Amino acid sequence: MSGPTAGGGEPNAGGVNPDKDLNAQNLPGQRGEHGEAIRVQRGMFGARNGGDTSGYGGLVRTVRLPGEATRPYGGYFDEVADELEGALEEQGLLPESVIEKTVVDRGELTFHIAREHLPRVARTLRDDPALRFELCTGVSGVHFPGTASLHDVGRELHAVYHLRSITHNRLIRLEVSVPDSDPHLPSIVDVYPTNDWHEREAYDFFGLVFDGHPALTRIMMPDDWQGFPQRKDYPLGGIPVEYKGARIPAPDERRSYS
Amino acid sequence: MSASQASPRETTEGTVYTVTGGDWDEVAAAAKQADDERIIVNMGPQHPSTHGVLRLILEIDGETVTEARCGIGYLHTGIEKNLEYRTWTQGTTFVTRMDYLTPFFNETAYCLGVERLLGIEEQIPDRATVIRVLLMELNRISSHLVAIATGGMELGATTIMIYGFRDRELVLDVYELITGLRMNHAYVRPGGLAQDLPPGAVDAVRAFVKKMRKNLPEYDKLATGNPIFKGRLQGIGHLDLAGCMALGATGPILRATGLPHDLRKSQPYCGYDTYDFEVPTADSCDAYGRFLIRIEEMHQSLRIVEQCLDRLAPGPVMVADKKIAWPAQLALGPDGLGNSLDHIKKIMGTSMEALIHHFKLVTEGFRVPPGQVYAAVESPKGELGVHVVSDGGTRPYRVHFRDPSFTNLQSMAAMCEGGQVADVIVAVASIDPVMGGVDR
Repeated sequence: MSGPTAGGGEPNAGGVNPDKDLNAQNLPGQRGEHGEAIRVQRGMFGARNGGDTSGYGGLVRTVRLPGEATRPYGGYFDEVADELEGALEEQGLLPESVIEKTVVDRGELTFHIAREHLPRVARTLRDDPALRFELCTGVSGVHFPGTASLHDVGRELHAVYHLRSITHNRLIRLEVSVPDSDPHLPSIVDVYPTNDWHEREAYDFFGLVFDGHPALTRIMMPDDWQGFPQRKDYPLGGIPVEYKGARIPAPDERRSYS
Repeated sequence: MSASQASPRETTEGTVYTVTGGDWDEVAAAAKQADDERIIVNMGPQHPSTHGVLRLILEIDGETVTEARCGIGYLHTGIEKNLEYRTWTQGTTFVTRMDYLTPFFNETAYCLGVERLLGIEEQIPDRATVIRVLLMELNRISSHLVAIATGGMELGATTIMIYGFRDRELVLDVYELITGLRMNHAYVRPGGLAQDLPPGAVDAVRAFVKKMRKNLPEYDKLATGNPIFKGRLQGIGHLDLAGCMALGATGPILRATGLPHDLRKSQPYCGYDTYDFEVPTADSCDAYGRFLIRIEEMHQSLRIVEQCLDRLAPGPVMVADKKIAWPAQLALGPDGLGNSLDHIKKIMGTSMEALIHHFKLVTEGFRVPPGQVYAAVESPKGELGVHVVSDGGTRPYRVHFRDPSFTNLQSMAAMCEGGQVADVIVAVASIDPVMGGVDR
């Protein structure tokens, strides 16, 4: 099912290993000690203030994402990786500095790309006849707050691109990580004009700033909206809604029931 | 949160936000120099010809559209965010509402993603997969019927509209029989289906196929050769292969350029490689070609539906793994569909473990191993991709829908600029955007 993965994270920092608990063990596809530990979650629902009303407060769980893969990746993945590395070398770039890591998981190939090299990589993937990923299916943001403590540089915000090659009938994924404190990454609208709206959406919801985008404005939320709603630290309630000058109190403050 | 958001500034008129990155200065400067003929027309968001709450901002010079832009977001419902606070199984109830004309595609794409994360793709029972294909192909017919019907209505061809909705009603009757609902079914679940086909469903689908075989040629008689219809559609909304690739347009728009790209053939899922069907194409790159493709795809879908009916074998419709499979066995009671009495008797009367198990699975849900997948299906509108991320919890960490309506709608400007105002309607109709999918 999943490709070969090498353990990248340290073996369990926080006492109980939930990957070993009964619930988890009985599920298929558990990763056990392998993978890259990004966070230790306590409790079930992420709430920290207030009493343990859910009864899950004692739950400790290390979140492990799939770790770096080692060669061979299997299938056409090796060919894609070889061609990409070769093409980057031809352009005078060190593949190791461009591709931070390669993950093969669940039959899918992911290249983690250093953000400054993203446009070059995208252009190479599109134009190289042996790669020819003509179709970009947009960008999806993912927010992993609190991962900074486990890494030297913050990698909280991820931009995930899926590229499809119709010529070779292949699909790969690019992932770019940027810190919360500096959520800038280059736009690839030049290479894939379809990403125009997709990057605006990722900006709207995650605050990822795509430098070089022709008009990076909000696309779904109102122009004057504050904050980025799909970030994990965005408040779910308790804040007034402000829209075009009108102010509507938070639901729990709209009426007095006493 | 960061310096990147719109910066507020206090003025005597209230707070003013400066939205960065926009080209408003250029827009304002250009507007000053404009001649008198130039008007900006806001079409929508409530105009009946804009397919829901889509706002088209057209700059027109006489009857010619010189610039066209879309304003979207009026139907944003935050479904992706909502999913993060529900269990994996509950997610299907939300995604079915995204593109409300293609509920089974949304559900199946989402469930394929969850199942790949769980690593149970191979364990999905055949019967569940065949029923998924059956429903998706019925759904392709109903979606194309709406595309053709509303497109015709916008041209003033109200008969096409009546015919389209008449036939769609037949499909909705089948949905209602099978799932209990005409829309928003939540019938496809991670691991299989909510329940098996009810008695009489196969006969109803067969009757539908027979009826549809008779009705489909009516569209040819009414529209395909109709000189007025052709005159309105041919050469309108032109987008060639290079344009489609650059703008990420898929589905009938891409196939109207002559490229037979269909995920059912190129990246088969749900066993599509074992079905016998063809991928229709056209080489006109215009709205008429897209219309012809939709008509032909409905014929092909009927073929697939018949093959599904032939290969339906009795069996389970949910994975055997009790740690994932929904514990309840649904049955129709006097007060509607609910847990079967046998199941209630078992968990309330004889097995406390079964009760606990039921309770845990329903309230807490199952855990999905951490990781991410991208599952894509060929929806009637193009590539519907779902990016599912799990952190190992009982709820999705992030689900992103790459809805084809959203991506395809970007090509509106390329199709409309330089054309007539009346042709904007035709071009937008040929894209077939559904705002529920665009805005999610």
